[in-house]
Amino acid sequence: MNLNFLDFEQPIADLEAKIEELRLVGNDSDVNLSDEISRLQEKSYKLTEQIFSNLSSWQVSQLSRHPMRPYTLDYINLMFDDFDELHGDRHFADDAAIVGGMARLEGRPVMVIGHQKGRDVKEKVRRNFGMPRPEGYRKALRLMEMAERFKMPILTFIDTPGAYPGIDAEERGQSEAIAFNLAVMSRLKTPIIATVIGEGGSGGALAIGVCDELMMLQYSTYSVISPEGCASILWKSATKAPEAAEAMGLTAGRLKELGLVDTLVPEPLGGAHRNPEQMVASLRTALLQALNKLDKKDTDALLERRYQRLMSYSSLQELG
Amino acid sequence: MSWLNRIVPSIIRPEGAERKANVPEGLWRKCPKCDAALYRPELEKNQHVCPKCDHHMRITARKRLEAFLDRGTASELFAELEPVDRLKFKDSKKYKERLAAAQRDTGEKDALIAMRGNLTGVAVVAVAFEFNFMGGSMGSVVGEKFARAAELALRERMPLICFSASGGARMQEALFSLMQMAKTSAALERLKQAGIPYISVLTDPVYGGVSASLAMLGDLNVSEPFALCGFAGPRVIEQTVREKLPEGFQRAEFLLAHGTVDMIIHRHEMAEKLGGLLRKMTHQPAA
Repeated sequence: MNLNFLDFEQPIADLEAKIEELRLVGNDSDVNLSDEISRLQEKSYKLTEQIFSNLSSWQVSQLSRHPMRPYTLDYINLMFDDFDELHGDRHFADDAAIVGGMARLEGRPVMVIGHQKGRDVKEKVRRNFGMPRPEGYRKALRLMEMAERFKMPILTFIDTPGAYPGIDAEERGQSEAIAFNLAVMSRLKTPIIATVIGEGGSGGALAIGVCDELMMLQYSTYSVISPEGCASILWKSATKAPEAAEAMGLTAGRLKELGLVDTLVPEPLGGAHRNPEQMVASLRTALLQALNKLDKKDTDALLERRYQRLMSYSSLQELG
Repeated sequence: MSWLNRIVPSIIRPEGAERKANVPEGLWRKCPKCDAALYRPELEKNQHVCPKCDHHMRITARKRLEAFLDRGTASELFAELEPVDRLKFKDSKKYKERLAAAQRDTGEKDALIAMRGNLTGVAVVAVAFEFNFMGGSMGSVVGEKFARAAELALRERMPLICFSASGGARMQEALFSLMQMAKTSAALERLKQAGIPYISVLTDPVYGGVSASLAMLGDLNVSEPFALCGFAGPRVIEQTVREKLPEGFQRAEFLLAHGTVDMIIHRHEMAEKLGGLLRKMTHQPAA
């Protein structure tokens, strides 16, 4: 079993390899190794708990981009019923880096929209590594405005390194597409819940992230620039990314302390990819709770609250 | 400014950090575009537009607003806002020290100046980015001041005009700075819904988080000649697509051709032109 262990998980990987080896030996001989195996499994569990109880911001950044981490379509397939994907921005193209459509959550119609990364090389390229072009954001907005008309709550899933920095994206107004989403989302008359499931990369993330309730999975990140980008600008070297990750405070825990995130959704031991079903179950519970809370507000109150929340995000003082 | 020289692509760096050494500080200044030696008082009088080649040089936010608004009508708004380093951010230098240095060098508290005053007799709120303050980057004070300016414009039904010049979001404020994009855009959307004009003027340069929020949301987006504006900087794009960028990429003329801006306006004509547009938009007789 290849679980793609990260550097800092190497001690766990070594143990797991040993367990696997013993299993094979056990199968081939009469010696009963099951006691030894369960002892090692216990040890592996403890070791994982220990390593994951004290992760650095940089380690969390690596987890947030783990190649086996569940992506938007994984959540959609496991959590929702009856998903119909809708395509295209009606102006230029269908951007595969953002997916969206109608689905049911516990029977209730909802609009689901999220960044989508690819699993294998071919799909990674097709989905442009989860980096949308303007048509992706315009598709997202089209679906959100439809959700408003048909009174569906909007659930967005954020997982992008950022909006695509390419010539074509600039020509078609990448900045305008993002800005327009921010403006319109601030007033859509339907509840919006945004969840960062992996990488929350800058404006390209925020462009589907203006919301009434912001949730982050435990090992996801949200920041104004990638740790590597920040490091290469401020430290003059991308190798300082660990320091940059720490300085920016991009983890769910830190952002919750700062009041920028509402809910932290705990992940299974070792991260969402170790147990996607369990991850989906806790995220579903959190989403339903948030929806329940927002359902109780009338539209005017909902919009005023959304606006005032945005206005409250500040790090400043006012001299008397 | 040294960190700024690193983030801002070489073609939009503050005019010739290297060249400056050749020209003695004082009465003469070299045009960064045509190299003409220009007499400083003359240049000031010409609003920092090169009399030889018409290049629009960068200009401080205060000078910009004072020249733009009707003489004697401007008064400053929200000057009491000051940045606070809640993250205790430190790279090679502390954010606090960078702020102190920028405040000392520019005499401003942060990178946005807001004023109210008249424009060809129309009462307006006008804001301008101070590019010399950490590259005009948008942190909490910039976002908050902009949002308050928009809210004032909404309350008193005055048009809002913004001159942007910014490298983007302020990294040292991390997610706080990202959220200013949503904050400023939400405030502008209220203006839009209320039918109060907002004009966004792009001045060299406008990138990243500022470009992808308040700068693109004007009823009218206009630009000074030759200004650079885009989401990603030219260097980042070149590294991503691994090809040479076309001539004039992201310049005002390119933005006009691609439908991003309504028009390009010469600095000397800015006040009169925008005044005329606003008078039409608010159904007032021609000046």
